[in-house]
Amino acid sequence: MSEFRTPIKDARGLGSSHFGVGHWWAQRTTALALIPLLLWFVIGIAVHGGADYAAAREWVGSPVTAVLMVVTLGAVFYHGALGVQVVIEDYVDGEGLKLVLLLLVRAAAILLALAGIFAVLSIAFGG
Amino acid sequence: MQSDNRPLSPHLQIYRLPLTAITSITHRLSGLLLGLGAFGMVYWLVALASGPEAYAAAQAAAGSVIGQIVMILFSLALFYHLANGIRHLFWDAGYGFELETAHRTGQAAIAAAVVLTIIAWVIGYSVGGA
Repeated sequence: MSEFRTPIKDARGLGSSHFGVGHWWAQRTTALALIPLLLWFVIGIAVHGGADYAAAREWVGSPVTAVLMVVTLGAVFYHGALGVQVVIEDYVDGEGLKLVLLLLVRAAAILLALAGIFAVLSIAFGG
Repeated sequence: MQSDNRPLSPHLQIYRLPLTAITSITHRLSGLLLGLGAFGMVYWLVALASGPEAYAAAQAAAGSVIGQIVMILFSLALFYHLANGIRHLFWDAGYGFELETAHRTGQAAIAAAVVLTIIAWVIGYSVGGA
């Protein structure tokens, strides 16, 4: 009578990566989100990319653009970090170098995402 | 143990990669390239947040001949990765594995990337002027 749990409890998360299918799902869900977001982003940059300083700030700082830009930045760097992680895991030999590169990629992705998000918010709130 | 009859992995300098293999490695390469492109995205936003001088410098860099060529390549990489990524999502859902289908969707992804890149830059040069 000691086990009410199903055996799946002992297997879950214990694949070779120790993270189960979390990475796989995160890669796909961010990919789905990025389809409309990046189409919006490219059109936005195509239309507003050449704008002068005041007009560019007005575009980026408007509520809809600012929110979509923050979401896009988050999804881009999450998706990008997951993708580069797989490439490193596939091609880099040696556990030490691999670990260092994985940490660097993750750190860079977090820093860049936060820098971009902070820039957007400061434009939106700075007026 | 007979060892000379074992199947060999493709000799990359001799073996002519099928389209499905080319689209596969190009997906990875374009993804890595887009990682660099994301630096440009953040640079532009930070410059815009930093002030008129920083923004003018960013616009000058983006507007230069080299800047425009780099951005065209980034946009091509983006549209390819996006189109081929949709192809991957269909595979993940279990569709499109037949050789003929995979070949045709590969051609479609390349065509879509080129067409969307051209459309984006026609919009950019006609509406935005950048």
